Amino acid sequence: MLIKKPEDFKYSEITPKNVYLNRRNFIAAAGMVGVGLAATKLIPDMLSPETNALGGTKLQFTKSDLSTKGEELTPYKDITSYNNFYEFGTHKDEPAIEAKNFKTSPWTVSIEGLVKKPQKLDLASIMKVSPLEERVYRMRCVEGWSMVIPWIGIPLNAIIKAAEPTPKAKYVAFQTLLDPKQMPGQREEILNWPYIEGLRLDEAMHPLTILAVGLHGETLPNQDGAPIRLVVPWKYGFKGIKSIVKISLVEKQPPTAWNVLAPSEYGFYSNVNPDVDHPRWSQATERRIGEFRRRKTLMFNGYADQVAKLYSGMDLTRNY
Amino acid sequence: MKNKHIIWLKVVAWVVCLISLGDLLYRYFTQNLSANPIEFVTNETGQTALKLLIASLAITPMRKLSGWNWLIRFRRLLGLFAFFYAFLHLTTFVVLDKFFDWQEMLRDVTKRPFITVGVLSFVLMVPLAVTSMAWAIRKMGGKNWNLLHRLAYASAVLGVIHFWWKVKADITEPATFGAILAILLIYRIVVWSRSRLKAGAGTAAKAALASE
Repeated sequence: MLIKKPEDFKYSEITPKNVYLNRRNFIAAAGMVGVGLAATKLIPDMLSPETNALGGTKLQFTKSDLSTKGEELTPYKDITSYNNFYEFGTHKDEPAIEAKNFKTSPWTVSIEGLVKKPQKLDLASIMKVSPLEERVYRMRCVEGWSMVIPWIGIPLNAIIKAAEPTPKAKYVAFQTLLDPKQMPGQREEILNWPYIEGLRLDEAMHPLTILAVGLHGETLPNQDGAPIRLVVPWKYGFKGIKSIVKISLVEKQPPTAWNVLAPSEYGFYSNVNPDVDHPRWSQATERRIGEFRRRKTLMFNGYADQVAKLYSGMDLTRNY
Repeated sequence: MKNKHIIWLKVVAWVVCLISLGDLLYRYFTQNLSANPIEFVTNETGQTALKLLIASLAITPMRKLSGWNWLIRFRRLLGLFAFFYAFLHLTTFVVLDKFFDWQEMLRDVTKRPFITVGVLSFVLMVPLAVTSMAWAIRKMGGKNWNLLHRLAYASAVLGVIHFWWKVKADITEPATFGAILAILLIYRIVVWSRSRLKAGAGTAAKAALASE
């Protein structure tokens, strides 16, 4: 939870909101000419050339039965202005500003390692592996706040199956783009770049685990991990690695970025667990963005019915 | 410096000290306190408290180095504003964040070192705020008063630790506060050991106090 220093800028330096929004509209409009051209050529069935004022491209998708029900969605504005994406700054409001010009096209994701069919897929091909679905999930940050986000994506297991893992494959390792020119945060030694994450193969194959390419009906805004990111709703948010370029099937448990930085604070599993505190703060409660009072954090972020069996017999205090 | 000028400078100092609060109120009324307003207010008030506390500790070295003795007349103002923001910070935690959940807070204070040192940092400021008036100096005597008010250093050190332990990965900000505080402390130690050398062992204690 980092803080903006007030002396960093004066009011006179802040671009007035109407100018800012107009500029965004302009950039969005200009961008759409390009995206529109690409869409007509490459992925006419996936992307419509329409856009809204905020610059996302509308996606075609179906609503999934695996969506979490009975939760109020967190507004688009909050999901896109309050981000942890250290590649673009450690303050919550920085990614929205610093990632504005991040280039997400062309983009290739390499699926490699212990697979029979290694592949390099562009985004359009990834979206053809499985039809896009909307998945409404709770997102619980390790810092103690949460949101409810309507993601759009495909099950990770579809991508993994297509690559045909060999029997030796036991884990899946993910890697974010390494590009300090575009990602100013990577010029500082905050984490050991590039950001890396990992899942056990059965976690990766679980139907709830998705690769998201959009939210609230549109392509992912850059600050939320465009063009493609991982979403594992029963784990703390930092497991949801952003701007993925590499997915490797491996035999041994892969290193993960936060675990490398602080092994006693962030484990490999990082399942949401109200009974296992972060060494420095409690995980028993959380503040849902938009709410005043804290609410109790649920075991496995409320997805225990679906995922608890993955960890039966494991000591979750030790395997945090 | 003439009194008239001091008064004007005090007005300026008040305005500067109130910028942070004004900013929060402005953001509150324009709904611009981020998606997580309670966190925003907590961070803002905490950082401002620490900045003002460190600024108050910089007064004496600045006065000595520049020869501008009038600077001393701003120390209490900065210290009391630091206390004011620390109070807002703690109040935000108690009222807005934890909503008077005393049990949970007691657990936090005893179990979470960063909260423990934060509370300690605030507690140390209380006697300083209470004895900030001129009559308190007269009543206690300058010597005792100076001795008591060295707690400001302890409070600032704990404040920096509190901030440092709170941060997840990017320690730039607490490290910056820490570096400034370290310079101020080193300055004090240098002055103190010099006067000790000059005065000789016998009158060292006296000299150290006189250098305040």
